[in-house]
Amino acid sequence: MKSLKIIVLAKQVPDTRNVGKDAMKADGTVNRAALEAIFNPEDLNALEQALSIKDMVPGSEVSLLTMGPGRAAEIIREGFYRGADDGVLLTDRKFAGSDTLATSYAIATAIGKMEYDIVVAGRQAIDGDTAQVGPQVAEKLNIPQVTYVEKIEKIDAKSMTIRRRLDNGFEIVKTPFPVLLTVHSSAPDCRPRIAKNVMKYKHARTLTELQDASEDYTRMFQDRPYLKIREMGVDDIGAEIEALGLSGSPTKVKKIENVVFKAKEAKVISADDKEIEDLIVELIENHTIG
Amino acid sequence: MNNIIVYCETNGNSVAEVSLELVTKARSLANQLKVQVEGILIGNDLKGLEKQLYAHGAQVVHKAEDKRLGFYQTLPHTSIVCRIMDAEQPQIGLFGATTVGRDLAPRVASKLKSGLTADCTSLEIGEHYEKKTDTKYENLLYQIRPAFGGNIVATIINPDTRPQLATVREGVMKREELDTPLKGKTKNWNVEEIVGKDDFVVEIIDRQVEDKKVNIKGAQIIIAGGYGVGSRDNFELLFKLADVLGAEVGGTRAAVDAGYIDHDRQIGQTGVTVRPKLYIACGISGQIQHRAGMMESSMIISINTDPNAPINSIADYVITGDFSEVVPKLIKYYKKNSK
Repeated sequence: MKSLKIIVLAKQVPDTRNVGKDAMKADGTVNRAALEAIFNPEDLNALEQALSIKDMVPGSEVSLLTMGPGRAAEIIREGFYRGADDGVLLTDRKFAGSDTLATSYAIATAIGKMEYDIVVAGRQAIDGDTAQVGPQVAEKLNIPQVTYVEKIEKIDAKSMTIRRRLDNGFEIVKTPFPVLLTVHSSAPDCRPRIAKNVMKYKHARTLTELQDASEDYTRMFQDRPYLKIREMGVDDIGAEIEALGLSGSPTKVKKIENVVFKAKEAKVISADDKEIEDLIVELIENHTIG
Repeated sequence: MNNIIVYCETNGNSVAEVSLELVTKARSLANQLKVQVEGILIGNDLKGLEKQLYAHGAQVVHKAEDKRLGFYQTLPHTSIVCRIMDAEQPQIGLFGATTVGRDLAPRVASKLKSGLTADCTSLEIGEHYEKKTDTKYENLLYQIRPAFGGNIVATIINPDTRPQLATVREGVMKREELDTPLKGKTKNWNVEEIVGKDDFVVEIIDRQVEDKKVNIKGAQIIIAGGYGVGSRDNFELLFKLADVLGAEVGGTRAAVDAGYIDHDRQIGQTGVTVRPKLYIACGISGQIQHRAGMMESSMIISINTDPNAPINSIADYVITGDFSEVVPKLIKYYKKNSK
């Protein structure tokens, strides 16, 4: 069957899952700058689904698309290491301050300039936690969506059969192409890096990253064009500026309050019989337990 | 016009708990704004389900019935909800943050080009002053939610676009029936005129759903176990204590993922939110995603061999020890001392 073109949407995010002592300021609030920048976990699950589709349909191509500042090029490199064939960094100052509507507009406009059969995204990112960009990109591309994907059961020339998770069970659906999928963390983890790919792509760079490079480095890029990571900005994708950034974002943050974990005055007791019994008696007396 | 519309989910026999919670909340917001509450029901045989919505405070129920709409599907529901919202011009639209709501609400928001805030933990009415344009906004919906992995709480507003859309998880709002159900009105919508063949390009081939066997949301006492409990068998000890105290058993995501306990007992950001009188945590380290689902418990007891477990910082009592030793003692001394 005809090979498929798959675009994976990925995001570089601060690692909000493990906010250890080093990332906490003295007042108990998070020091965001101290958090490590990582590949959004569910986007890795999405990448795995894309690579599985490539296994099922040989000759297919997996391209990573990420929207972010210059350092998000790291995400593209990681994609290559795991088996992706291509990558694009969507980057422009004018994207800054975008909420999900403006972000999905930028991404959909970029995808509109590419060939694709399937778009795969992680269900949600661990910084915004909204789970909105995937479905909003699908709506703007006017293509169907299948969310909470756990497994691709079958692919043929005209459709894909997919298992998706529901709140209390699962569903098997069949969808034509093109289609957008969002992948949940209950789907298989991403396969590890391929050593050969790491060797091949570790010098992959965007044009911006090359600006400070030495002449030898620059020559290497002329000899090995696959090392160039494409960058696209507002003008390359033909987006309307009013629909981007703050002006294109209907939602605004009015207030942010840091969650301060004040250590409560906890009563610490041991596992000794006497202390346990005293606790039980106290709880019965104050009617906490019957 | 200008009302609050709640998208309601149904399994065919009754309206979903989360939807009734949202109608209740919408009722309270509508009272402040002096507007009406409307509900949307979509399905293939909605019988008299609108009565449940009237009982919780909806004045109008929009019904869209069609034999093709037996189960939720993205495209037809998006078309129908958008058509209704275009016609009725609500100021606020609410959806449950379920797999359905999180599939549907963003698509509706995109189509209506309006703002959506997901997983709100609180909804309030308030004002806003925008310095840049010297504009004062009254009666905005404050959409309050955690972000950044739960490390911050943000208040989001949608000053300029309508409707202001929000999704809210089950158990966050309280469901309450009116003393006297409203004598509401039903508006039937002609599905044929709204959806087309293109809305059904995705087919449902198979579907297996189990009605939740357990609902721990309302339990007054919860015994919860984490990854530290170690096995499904070890959870039996927690069930024994729960039995004796008249409590329910819950688990962290780590325990659920490891197969020690069922998913419908999961407590935390991706499980249920609970507010019991007493929460006994056994072998739970207390990652922020779990704390988010139980930190409003009136009393928290943490049993952990690690004296520095994060959950200890929000506990009222910390028992430093192994739950397999402590729990049998709790059972023994409870039996000895209870009347």
